[in-house]
Amino acid sequence: MISGRTRRIVVLHLAIIGLLFVLQFVLPAYHHTNLARIMVLATFAMGYNILFGYTGLMSLGHAMFFAAGMYGAGLCVYYLQFGAGAAFVLGILAGVSLAAVFGLFALRTTGVSFLIVTMMFGQACYLTLLYFNEITLGDQGFTVSGNLQALHQAGVGFAYSDPDVKFNAAWLVFAGALSISTAIAASPIGRVLIAVRVNEERTRLLGYNTFAYKWLALCVSGAIAGAAGAAYALLFSYVGASFASILYSIYPLLWTLLGGAGTTLGPLVGTGVMFYLIDLTSGWTAAYLFIVGGSLLALVLWFPQGLMGAVRARWARWLP
Amino acid sequence: MKKSEQKPNTKTGDTFKLTRRRALKSGIALTAGGGVAGLTGGYLAGPLAGSVHGQGSDRPIRIGFQVHRTGIGAVYGRWYERTSTAAANYINSIGGIAGRPVEIVPEDDGTDPKRGAEVVEKLAVQHKVDFIYGPLFSHVVIGSAPRAGELKIPYFVVSEGYHVASGKLNRYVFQPGITDVRAQITSISSWVMNNLGKKVTMFFPDYAFGYDHRDYFSAEVKKQGGSIGELLAIPPTESSYTRYFPRIPADTEVLYHVMVGPGVLTFVKEMGEHFGSNRPQIFGFIDSLEGVDIATPGLDFLEGTHLWEAFPRYASSSDTRYSKAFRDAVGVDANGASKDDPKDVATYSHMWGVWETLFVIKEAVEQSGYRSRQDYPALIETLESFEWFNEGMGHPQGGKKFVGALHQCYGKQHISRVANGKLNVVHTTSIDDGMYEPEGDYRTQSL
Repeated sequence: MISGRTRRIVVLHLAIIGLLFVLQFVLPAYHHTNLARIMVLATFAMGYNILFGYTGLMSLGHAMFFAAGMYGAGLCVYYLQFGAGAAFVLGILAGVSLAAVFGLFALRTTGVSFLIVTMMFGQACYLTLLYFNEITLGDQGFTVSGNLQALHQAGVGFAYSDPDVKFNAAWLVFAGALSISTAIAASPIGRVLIAVRVNEERTRLLGYNTFAYKWLALCVSGAIAGAAGAAYALLFSYVGASFASILYSIYPLLWTLLGGAGTTLGPLVGTGVMFYLIDLTSGWTAAYLFIVGGSLLALVLWFPQGLMGAVRARWARWLP
Repeated sequence: MKKSEQKPNTKTGDTFKLTRRRALKSGIALTAGGGVAGLTGGYLAGPLAGSVHGQGSDRPIRIGFQVHRTGIGAVYGRWYERTSTAAANYINSIGGIAGRPVEIVPEDDGTDPKRGAEVVEKLAVQHKVDFIYGPLFSHVVIGSAPRAGELKIPYFVVSEGYHVASGKLNRYVFQPGITDVRAQITSISSWVMNNLGKKVTMFFPDYAFGYDHRDYFSAEVKKQGGSIGELLAIPPTESSYTRYFPRIPADTEVLYHVMVGPGVLTFVKEMGEHFGSNRPQIFGFIDSLEGVDIATPGLDFLEGTHLWEAFPRYASSSDTRYSKAFRDAVGVDANGASKDDPKDVATYSHMWGVWETLFVIKEAVEQSGYRSRQDYPALIETLESFEWFNEGMGHPQGGKKFVGALHQCYGKQHISRVANGKLNVVHTTSIDDGMYEPEGDYRTQSL
């Protein structure tokens, strides 16, 4: 039997997904494409949130999973002329494979040590992309649009340059990631992950194999980040090593903190707010990062749990 | 420019607008009408030029400027923006584009390919500009160009990268205002081989920009009977270079270096400590030292070495009147620094590309009869039919050959020698020195 809380959670998240779908019919062209970008980047942040927000493992190398998905999909299209579907699946596989192997080493550490190890692995991946420049075309990157065939369904071709195709593909990826993220957060597994975050030692004493749970969280996180990277490559047609740099490990951390770590909707809110904060302020001044930084400081002071964290604390304690 | 280099502009044989005959006609016509905006191998601003705006249209030509205001390209971006502002002011002072005033709409891309694509979107869809131009860094260009192609908006880059001429972008991307790096390298190779030596060791950054130098210069060395002693790729994270110098073969005659980034000061200093007074000939690209005063302490070892320049940083008696006028318009003194701040050294071998690109847009708009976005096909086909840009105020660096199939222009290059902390031009290449076999043809792509 479905509890009232679960029903509320399901209804809210379906409403959010539905609202995002409907927005494509009312948004002006510029914001239409922006929302497609935000949904892909929020998917990346959602992957990060599973590891950081729920499990309490702060990573500074998550860009490597995004880049794994991006290169996994992009290289297959660029060199092997794969279709978008197969490339997308390979992108996810690249993200989850890297996370699975990386986890076996990195999860032997905790706290600050884990942070440093993730940063080192992230940088190693970034430099690997530069080192194998002749294959990856590293720092300059490459475009995939010239090699990517339009999707054909029921005799109709859907070009990825079409804004509607872009939007709906991004929406599908986002909806899938949000569904997985919410299912995990509301499930017993999610409760164990939160328990690991709150007190790993006590969770272990209760009989849980905390290493296995952390490894699982990392794999899911890597898969979702990989899916976001693959979607970005296929929908926005660019693959480049800058997406593996440390900046792109810091972004999902900021988006998650801003929106609310450990909330399912926080990554979407944080990514959207940060996107438009940069978009608007960069039009006024070259010192827009100063304004962005000031805004983040204000949020940390007045909303230390992030925007959705504050909403949960004050008005809707049932939010996952 | 030599008269022999004056060529017809289009395939149809129409002479380019910036000829003396046209200039004279225009001058007479405009003077008769009360305005002075004649063309004299270039353009001359007149006191009543502003009135010419009234002839054209009701709204300005809006040109989106994708600028590296922040991030790793900020030094270039600062000077690109100054040049852009100066060029727009100048164009407006001579009557605008097709009688319409020019309005530049700048947006910072943070020298980031992700933001670059977003900026293209913002300029094209939200600001509804007519064209977009201005990015320099290759990864930003490659990251942004697909979106410009999808939005079907002409996108003019000022990057000098080979990515446009390689045919790997799309039909909406042009580089008509600055020569690409492959042509630069090809054009200077024979002078280096014949004057400095044939046994070469190369230092280059271990990423794609460095690989262009490695591949194209190595090929030229071999073609001209020289040999490469060692190829030393320097990782971008390197902060000291001492471990690389012992790998330089003893019989090296020429050390070729192109080290972009703040590490160049350390590189030069450590190179000096390694060689002392017994050194091979040294040749480098000014890219390493754009925005840097050659007389900076620590760069003393560069004295007597040679550098490539696209547009000589230091003023000389051989400067053309267009070169002088450009230098004055962009606020640069005789030493290549800002007139307002002698320590603010210009990116002089690149920034002129912004100026020339705006004038190519002007020429394409006026020749194609462009009025609004529905005229993009005509404008692009007109651009692709261009073959030559005359030296003048629109092209102060010199005349340019333009290859429509590659969307790329080709100009002369300079080799300068460092003497007394300044650069003196010792050789100027011909445009044909830099030409190579084309690898693509954008005209086969649909519009």
